[in-house]
Amino acid sequence: MDISGTATMITGASRGLGQALALELARQGARLVLVSRHLAGLQPVVRRIREAGGEAHALEADIGAKDEVYPLAGAAAALVGPIDLLIHNASELGPTPLRLLLDTECEDFERVLAVNLLGPFRLSRVIAGSMALRERGTIVHVSSDASVNAYSHWGAYSVSKAALDHLSRLWAAELGERGVRSFSVDPGEMDTEMHRAALPDANPATLLQPSVVASRIAALIRANTVESGARLELNSAGAQS
Amino acid sequence: MKAASQPRARDEQERLLVIDPARDAFADYQIDALPQFFRQGDALVLNDAATLPASLRAGPDLELRLMSELEDGTWLALCLGRGDYRIPTEERGAPPQLALGDELCFGHGLSARVRWLDPSSSRLLRIEFEQRGGQLWQALYRAAAPIQYAYVPAPLALWDVQNAYAARPWAFELPSAGKPLRFETLFRIAARGVTLASLTHAAGLSSTGDPTLDARLPVAERYELSHETATRLRAAQANGGRIIAVGTSVTRALEAASASGVLRGGMQRTELLLGAGSRLRTCAGLLTGLHEPGTSHFSLLEAYAPRPLLERAIHHAQRQGYLQHEFGDSCLILKGSLNVGDTKRAAEWRQAG
Repeated sequence: MDISGTATMITGASRGLGQALALELARQGARLVLVSRHLAGLQPVVRRIREAGGEAHALEADIGAKDEVYPLAGAAAALVGPIDLLIHNASELGPTPLRLLLDTECEDFERVLAVNLLGPFRLSRVIAGSMALRERGTIVHVSSDASVNAYSHWGAYSVSKAALDHLSRLWAAELGERGVRSFSVDPGEMDTEMHRAALPDANPATLLQPSVVASRIAALIRANTVESGARLELNSAGAQS
Repeated sequence: MKAASQPRARDEQERLLVIDPARDAFADYQIDALPQFFRQGDALVLNDAATLPASLRAGPDLELRLMSELEDGTWLALCLGRGDYRIPTEERGAPPQLALGDELCFGHGLSARVRWLDPSSSRLLRIEFEQRGGQLWQALYRAAAPIQYAYVPAPLALWDVQNAYAARPWAFELPSAGKPLRFETLFRIAARGVTLASLTHAAGLSSTGDPTLDARLPVAERYELSHETATRLRAAQANGGRIIAVGTSVTRALEAASASGVLRGGMQRTELLLGAGSRLRTCAGLLTGLHEPGTSHFSLLEAYAPRPLLERAIHHAQRQGYLQHEFGDSCLILKGSLNVGDTKRAAEWRQAG
């Protein structure tokens, strides 16, 4: 898909990988709607993109809140037109330090599923109908290696990402014939605030920079060779496996 | 005809009245049966406008209903006085007298200034919002509610008034002909070799509650038909395919876009009115709701089928308990839609006719 001029929505865009994706896709000419729970966190990103001559708009929304999905999708389409590239990047780890399932409150588990799974489903459901009608569109799900590995303490997050991977495959199965692509990406371990919250003792030198990961994801979006429904791993060596 | 008083329950099927002007006949179906009436090479055109929450309150005595977004960035709006949608629009009191430059505050950080007052009606004005860009859209979605009427008693949520394939929020009321269309049905239609296509039309208010203002409806409404879609539709027509419009708004947009004789893409405004005697250059069929004689929507149907047939069909629908308005049942008007070989149905037509 040609990124230049593409109406794009990125959730969780105020920091980490979301912010890096915003900057990278703006550099490649995407017309961006950036979403975060906190408008204040988005404003510096929007400013930076606009100063560099790009187009970006900030919208405040909680992806886990049912009532906020239609207003978000409507405002986004009003600002940049029908969304052709939707990146589900917003993610909720749950309370940190991470805890055993037996110590996990049900409400915390539900909240993680609301943000990481139900939110992406609801948002895609509102946006992908128009993609299917127009026979164009790409949906990217940011996953994790916790979706395929049962790491102790990663309970709700791990379950939500496994389900998200499968949601991505199902969109691909149902919308492939209508020209809509869906894939999930395991970005690998990155030097982000979320990673520090989950694993405070990790050595930053062993971690990927979000900007590097963002340019690899942008390459996957551009490449028409990526099979719809695929789960792609970007490991620390940079090779795609 | 009875009004549908709420959005449909999840698994409740809309009814489909199929009217075939070629056979001077009609028959009853369910919306699931829709795909069978199309053939390979046809094109179904949908209005992909999302519905804005277009009802704003500036205090207990003033409701503004947005009607149109104009080129200069102002918005045409209808003013209604005390009360809310539960009171029939025609019984709403007069709105307070406003002056040019007055500021209207709608809450949630949304405000506007009065920029123009209609010389002949205190109910019509233009406003300019004081917010821009993301701030405007976010505040509008927080402050406003969907426009609704007294025949739907419970407050509507934003998702109640969206079609499944909606994108840009251009419509002020739900382009309701598309509401019964589930993707299951749309994909089955596509699988028959029918092109699914879309345009965006800013469907406006259906009623103002004031007969002199109603006579001025519809106001000029903008639409956009992409050049790519126009090309696909011309190709479908050239190959003998029929263009079927989903909704009166799509009919008006497509006929306006082909007023020159050739269907052309682009962004335009139209106040085209169609009725008996109008020559349809593009649309061969229409999927719409049930409209009663005397309404402007019914007049438009007369461009597709003769009035006596429409009247018979509508009276039949009334007797059969079909529902009207935005959550109501559907009606397909398409020449050659009814198959004479289907004897069971043929018996029903005789009875119906």
